[in-house]
Amino acid sequence: MRQSDGMPGPTRGFLGRRRDRDARLPPGQYDAGTDWPVLTAEPTPRIAPETWSITVDGAVETPSTWSWDEAHALPRSEYRGDIHCVTTWSKFGTWFAGVSLDTLLEAARPTAEARFVMATAKTGYTTNLPLEHITGGKAWIVWEYDGKPLPVEHGGPVRLLVPHLYFWKSAKWVTRLTLLQRDQPGFWEQNGYHDLGDPWRQQRYQGD
Amino acid sequence: MATVAGVRRPIQRSVELRLDVHDRVDHLPGQHYVVRLTAEDGYTAQRSYSVASAPGDPLVELFVERLDDGEVSTYLADVVEPGDELEVRGPIGGWFVWDGASPALLVAGGSGVVPFVSMLRHARTTGREDLLRIAVSARTLAALPYADELAAAGALIALTGEQHGIRPAGRLAAHELIPLEEPGQTAYVCGSASFAEAATQLLESAGLPPSAIRVERFGPSGAAA
Repeated sequence: MRQSDGMPGPTRGFLGRRRDRDARLPPGQYDAGTDWPVLTAEPTPRIAPETWSITVDGAVETPSTWSWDEAHALPRSEYRGDIHCVTTWSKFGTWFAGVSLDTLLEAARPTAEARFVMATAKTGYTTNLPLEHITGGKAWIVWEYDGKPLPVEHGGPVRLLVPHLYFWKSAKWVTRLTLLQRDQPGFWEQNGYHDLGDPWRQQRYQGD
Repeated sequence: MATVAGVRRPIQRSVELRLDVHDRVDHLPGQHYVVRLTAEDGYTAQRSYSVASAPGDPLVELFVERLDDGEVSTYLADVVEPGDELEVRGPIGGWFVWDGASPALLVAGGSGVVPFVSMLRHARTTGREDLLRIAVSARTLAALPYADELAAAGALIALTGEQHGIRPAGRLAAHELIPLEEPGQTAYVCGSASFAEAATQLLESAGLPPSAIRVERFGPSGAAA
């Protein structure tokens, strides 16, 4: 992939949508309204909640696994706010519920050397995140959307939620979080997408 | 940047753009480009479009379906003329690509055929059309992009809204896909979210392991992630 050459001028005749832009909208994004597009690279897996579990391992003092019931017994935590997909849609005022990653990490206790995390889904999908971006109330595993079970096409029964980054980081069907000392590219990151993916800095592709 | 070399509208509500991409890096069949439009006041909008041309084509061909409320697609379909300059970025994507050397089963709905047209054209130039099995679905033949090219390649064409040859109108069925399966195939599915969901279930019911199925779903927002 290459960078565009220089700063291009205006595109002839392009006006674009009306510019009463919502301040919640990061650059290059549009408001998807009530839509919630589905974009995944693999077949949708059917995962029975009884067979689902979440494991936190790698650079941790206490590798830990929670079953569906055990995870639900942890303190409930909610996110109410916006989400942003790299394909340029954003969705305002979403409401998710599950458990804060802080709760899981508190139990698993990352080692002093842990700096990154690789999230792995049941499908084999992976995505990498800096540890500092999933701690401090910024990330969850969630099983509820709008007060109802998270639909399978949106990652149900349980997905990762890291709403301040582009949504490919919020791995659907998540089952494992592996703490790492060094960053490794996940699935889309190996395929040209950015390692961090901050929508406010338009970090869509490697090199942004 | 790219210079628009050709604009064609072979089917309704869509446009084929032939682009002369400056400092181009050859794509792999299945990859896409991002087109970014900039207004006078600096406002930008960008969307992803699959490449229909083969890597060896001196121009990059993008197929754009015109969505009525599509900020970028309406501009590309209604306004763009040969000679215009467009900001493009690509090629992008390393997952939904065909290596040109291994057997592949391609299943598309509607404009989901576009990445497969690139694969087919590439196979024709390398003489490896034998590696590809193609099944496509659309409402009518007139609504199927690249219909003649796909038919000439022997693609199974399933039309939901009209009879096609001896095939009655109806959705693609598992028994139609089974004869297209070959050992060691990777299946590629491209289409709307609902088509992709139905097609992957068909392939799984026809015996393909999920790990051998790659999916590109697109919605009103483009086709990237």
